[in-house]
Amino acid sequence: MAGLNGMNTTVAKTIKLYIGGAFPRTESGRSFPVYAHDSKKVYAHLCRASRKDVRNAVSIAKSALAGWSSRSAYNRSQILYRMAEMTEGKRAEFVETFVQTLGYSQEQSNGAVDQAIDAFVYYAGFADKYQQVIGSVNPVTGPHHNFTTPEAVGVVALLCSDEFDFGQLVTRIAAITCSGNTAVVLLSENGAAVLAPLAEVFATSDLPGGVINLLSGFMDELYLHMASHMEVDSICCDCNDTKIIATVKEEAVHNLKRVVLNSPKEPGLQNILNFVEFKTVWHPVGD
Amino acid sequence: MNKTISANNKKNAGETDFVFDYSPALESTDMVKINKQNKLFINGKWTSGKSGKFFDTINPANGEKLAELTEANAEDVDRAVKAARKAFEGSWSKLAPKQRGRYLFRIARIIQERSREIAVLETMDNGKPIKESRDFDIPQVAAHFFYYAGWADKLEYLFNGRNVSPIGVAGQIIPWNFPLLMAAWKIAPALAAGNCVVLKPAETTSLTALLLGEIIEEAGVPPGVVNIITGAGATGAALVNHPDVNKIAFTGSTEVGKIIARSTVNTAKKLTLELGGKSAHIVYEDAALDQAVESVVNGIYFNQGHVCCAGSRLLVEESIADIFVTKLKRRMTSLRVGDPLDKNTDVGAINSAGELKKIKGLIANAIEDGIEYYEPEATTLPQKGYYLKPCFFNNVAASATICRREIFGPVLAIQTFRTPEEAIQKANDTTYGLAAGIWSEKGSKIHKTAQALKAGVIWANTYNKFDPSSPFGGYNESGWGREGGRHGLLPYVEVK
Amino acid sequence: MQRIISLQNHNGEKVSIASPPIDAVMLHERADSFTKRSVKKQSKMDALYKCIEMIDLTTLEGADTVGKVKQLCSKARFPITTELADELAGLPNYKPIPQVAAVCVYPSMVQTAKDALRGTTIKVASVATAFPAGQIPLKTRLQDVKDAVSAGADEIDMVINRGAFLAGDYQTVFDEIEQVKAACDKAHLKVILETGELSTYDKVRLASEIAMEAGADFIKTSTGKVSPAATIPVTLVMLQAILDFYDRTGKIIGMKPAGGIRNAKQAIHYLVMVNEVMGPRWLTPDLFRFGASSLLNDILKQIYKQVTGRYAYDKSFSLD
Repeated sequence: MAGLNGMNTTVAKTIKLYIGGAFPRTESGRSFPVYAHDSKKVYAHLCRASRKDVRNAVSIAKSALAGWSSRSAYNRSQILYRMAEMTEGKRAEFVETFVQTLGYSQEQSNGAVDQAIDAFVYYAGFADKYQQVIGSVNPVTGPHHNFTTPEAVGVVALLCSDEFDFGQLVTRIAAITCSGNTAVVLLSENGAAVLAPLAEVFATSDLPGGVINLLSGFMDELYLHMASHMEVDSICCDCNDTKIIATVKEEAVHNLKRVVLNSPKEPGLQNILNFVEFKTVWHPVGD
Repeated sequence: MNKTISANNKKNAGETDFVFDYSPALESTDMVKINKQNKLFINGKWTSGKSGKFFDTINPANGEKLAELTEANAEDVDRAVKAARKAFEGSWSKLAPKQRGRYLFRIARIIQERSREIAVLETMDNGKPIKESRDFDIPQVAAHFFYYAGWADKLEYLFNGRNVSPIGVAGQIIPWNFPLLMAAWKIAPALAAGNCVVLKPAETTSLTALLLGEIIEEAGVPPGVVNIITGAGATGAALVNHPDVNKIAFTGSTEVGKIIARSTVNTAKKLTLELGGKSAHIVYEDAALDQAVESVVNGIYFNQGHVCCAGSRLLVEESIADIFVTKLKRRMTSLRVGDPLDKNTDVGAINSAGELKKIKGLIANAIEDGIEYYEPEATTLPQKGYYLKPCFFNNVAASATICRREIFGPVLAIQTFRTPEEAIQKANDTTYGLAAGIWSEKGSKIHKTAQALKAGVIWANTYNKFDPSSPFGGYNESGWGREGGRHGLLPYVEVK
Repeated sequence: MQRIISLQNHNGEKVSIASPPIDAVMLHERADSFTKRSVKKQSKMDALYKCIEMIDLTTLEGADTVGKVKQLCSKARFPITTELADELAGLPNYKPIPQVAAVCVYPSMVQTAKDALRGTTIKVASVATAFPAGQIPLKTRLQDVKDAVSAGADEIDMVINRGAFLAGDYQTVFDEIEQVKAACDKAHLKVILETGELSTYDKVRLASEIAMEAGADFIKTSTGKVSPAATIPVTLVMLQAILDFYDRTGKIIGMKPAGGIRNAKQAIHYLVMVNEVMGPRWLTPDLFRFGASSLLNDILKQIYKQVTGRYAYDKSFSLD
C-alpha cells in the first residue's frame, strides 16, 4: 500500500519525474498533492514540473533522437514488446494506482491495463511494418529509381487529456516512439500518479534514456512552454480545452511544428501517420 | 587557378575567328490570345469583380503590360466559395468517382493538345525560358492531371481498404514560379478526391490559371467545381478567412505561410503548406564531377533560381573544391541569359521588378560584406526587362545571410567540408528542410547521407527532378504535408 | 571513385593515369541539351560551312578501288559541281563551298589519294594498325603504320587493343599507342577507342586518358564498323577528358567522332556541343573532325536550301 496516510508503516514511494532515464525531482522543488479518490486523503505528493524541467526534458529528448531513430525497427519493436511484458508484471501496481486515485473498480483497472498492454504489443508488432504499408516505390518517368519512406518527425510533445485514459496514453506513446520519435509527455493532473509505475516500465525495458520523458505538473502552467519550444518538432494535443488548442496552434507557427489534434484513441495506422515525415529519394538508373 | 582557354593558347592565329553565336530563335506568339481585361471564373461563368478594380500583369521579359486582371474582393471570394460549396453538395458529390476521373483525364488531354499555346503564354507572363515551359512545366501539368485522374475511382486503396471521404471546399493559393504547374498540383488531387476548389493564382502570373479556367469549361466540368479568382494578398486573405472553407492549401514563402497558419488558429480548417527552402547540394570527392557540375547548375539556375527546392547551398568536399569551382565557372559561361521566348535561352527574366530588386539587394549586401563573388563576365543582359546574371558566392560562412535566407534567385552560396559528418551537419544547419542533393559514386555513402539529411526530397546523383507520382514537400519550416503521389491525396481526404 | 592506374612509359618512367567516374543519366541530360538548341538563319549557314571544313571524307570498304578513291578526292576538292557552283554564285547568301579537312582511306590507297590531292591543303588520313579489329601481331600493325606514313599519309587513325583493354591490361594498350606514335614520325595520330565495344562511359573515359597520356594527337570514337558508333554522349565524355587533360598538362588534344553522323542536323548538334563544352577554341579542323561519308552531301543540300529557298533533290549532288 502506497498511501502516505495509510494506517501502516510500509515504505511509501516518492513519485518523481522521469527525464533522461533518471528519476529526478523537479528542479523547482514544488509538488502538488494527489488525493485518494473522492477523499481528502493525500495519496502522494507529485512533482510539479516547472518550465525549466520542460526545457531540460526537451533537450534530453532531442539528444536521444539520433540514437533512437537510427535503431533498427526490429530493436524498437523488441523494446516496445518488453514494455508490454513489464506492464503485465506491474499489473497490480497499476491497478492499485487506478483504484486508489481514480476510483476505478478492479475490473475497470484491469481493463485499462489490458488496453495498455494491447497498445504496446500492437505497436511492437507495427514498428517494422508500417514503413511497408505507408512507404512506396514511385513509378516516375525517366531513368530514376524513386522511393518514399516514413521517418521520425523528431521530438514530440504530448499534452495529455484531462480525462485520464490509460489506453489512449499508451497508444500515443507507443505510436510516437515506434517510428523513432522521442517524446516529452505532460500528464494531466488527473491520473498523474500513473507516472510512477509507467516510468518504471520504461526504465526496465531497455529503452535508452531520454526517449520517453514523463512530467507531472499543471497543464495551464506548462503547455505554453511545450508549444513554444523551438526544438519541439511536433505537438500532440489530447486535452480538450479550446483555449489551449488555439494557443498551441498559435505558438506552433514559430517553427511550424506539426500540430496533431483528434488523433484516434485506439491503436491503428493513423496514429503512426500523425507522427512521421515522408522522405522521397531519387537516384538515377544507369551505367 | 582558373585555367580557362585564353587567346594565348591559339595553335594557329586567326583560326578562332569563327564565333558560333546562335541567331535569335524566337518562339512565335501567334497562337496566344490575351484578353485586355480578364474576369473571374466563378460557378462556371466568367464574371466581373464586385469592386470594379483591376491591376496590371507585366511581361517581365520587357516590362510591358500584358493585360489587366480583376481584383477580387471579399464579396467575390464569398461568391466563389458559395459556388464551390453548392457544387460540392450537389453535382460533384453525386457523380460516380469514375466520372470525376473522366473530367480530369479530359483536362489532361486538352492541356496536351494546347500545350504550345499554354507554354508560350506561361513564358510571356512568368519570364521563364520557353524551353522550360515547353519541355518541363506544361508536360508536367498534363501528367499531373493524368496521374490524379486515375485515382478518382480508386480511393479505397489509399488506406488499405478503408473508405475515405472528401473534405469539402478547398481554398488554394499558389505562387508565381511555376504558375500553371502549381495550379495542377493543387487542383488535380483535390478534385480526384471529390473536393471542390477556389484557386487564387499569384498576382503576377494569373494568365495561365485563367486559361486553365477556359480548359475546365471546355472539358465540361460542372459549374462551381473549380473557381478561379485573381488578386493579391487581400484576396488571398479573404479566401483563407472565409468561414465556409474547409481546407487551405498554400504554396509560397515561409513568411506568408506562417501568416496563414496563424489566421487558421481558431478554426477547424485543415492546412497544408509548401514553403521555402535553403537546400544543400553536397558534392563528395568521389562524385562524377562533370555531371555534378551539371547538377549544381541545374539545381540553382533552373527557372532563374525561382524554385523553392533550389540547391542554393553548394557543399563541396575541400579536396576537390578548387577544381570544382573552376569547372563550375566554365560551365556558367555557356549559360545563355536573355529573352525567355528565345528557344536558346537558358536563364530567362526575373519574375518582377520587386523580386529583382530584392535579389539584387541581397547580392549587394553580401558583396559589401566582402564575400567572394563570381558572375560570368562575358554574359550580357537585355536592355529592357528584369534580368540577372547567374552568380555565386564562394567560401561563405555558415552564419552569412546568403547561407541562411532563401534568396529565390540565381544565387549560389558555396561552402566546403572535410568529412561526411560535417557535410550532413552543415546541410542540416537550416530552419528549412525541403530538399537536398548528394553526389557520390559510393552507394553506401549516398544512403547514409540520404538517411541523415532532414529534408523531404533527396536527389542523389541528380537534382530538380519531379514527377506526379513522387511525393514532394518538406520538413521543419519548409511546410506541412506532401504533394504528389499517393501521399499527395492524404491532405484532401478524411479517413472513415 | 576516381580510378588511378600506374603504368610505365617507354623510358621506364612511372605514368599515373586518373580517370573520374561518369554518371550516365546526367551525362545524357547534358547531351540532350545540345540537340535542343535552335540553330537557324546565319548561324546555321556558318555552322554548315564550318562542318564541311571539319570533315574527314571517308571510304573504308573492302570494295574500294583506285577509281573510287580518286572520285572521293575529287569530291573533297570540289564538293559541288562547277555547274551548280555557277548557279549559286550569284545568290546573296552564297559563299564558295570550302574543301573538306581530309580524305580518309586504307593504307593501300594512300598513294592514290596523295596524288589526287596534290597541290591542295587537304590532308590524307589513313586507318592503319590492322583496322578495324587490330587483331594481328603488333609488329605487323606497326609496319602497317610505317607503310602508310611512307606512302605520304599526313594522319594515322589507329585502333586500340580492345582485347587488352577489356582484359585490364592497360600497360599493353599504352605501350602499343606509344609505339604507333613513334612509328607515325611526323604524321598526326588519331587513336580510335571503338567506344561501341567498351560498353560503359567509365571505360571510355579511362581509354581516353590512356590514349592521351600515350601520345594521341586526336582521340576518336569509332571505326564505323561497330554499332553504336559515335554518339553525342560518348563524344561528350571524350571532350571532357580532353578539357581536363588540357587543364592538367596544357596539351591540346583534338576530337573526332566517327560513324553514324549522316546528316547536317546531327553535325550541328556536335558543333553546338564543342562550342558549349570546349569554347570556340576547339571549333577548328585542327582540333575537331567528323569521320563521315554521306554527311557532306546532306550539308550541301541544306546549304542549297538556305541559299535558294528550295529543297534540293538527291541528284543535285554527286554521290562521291
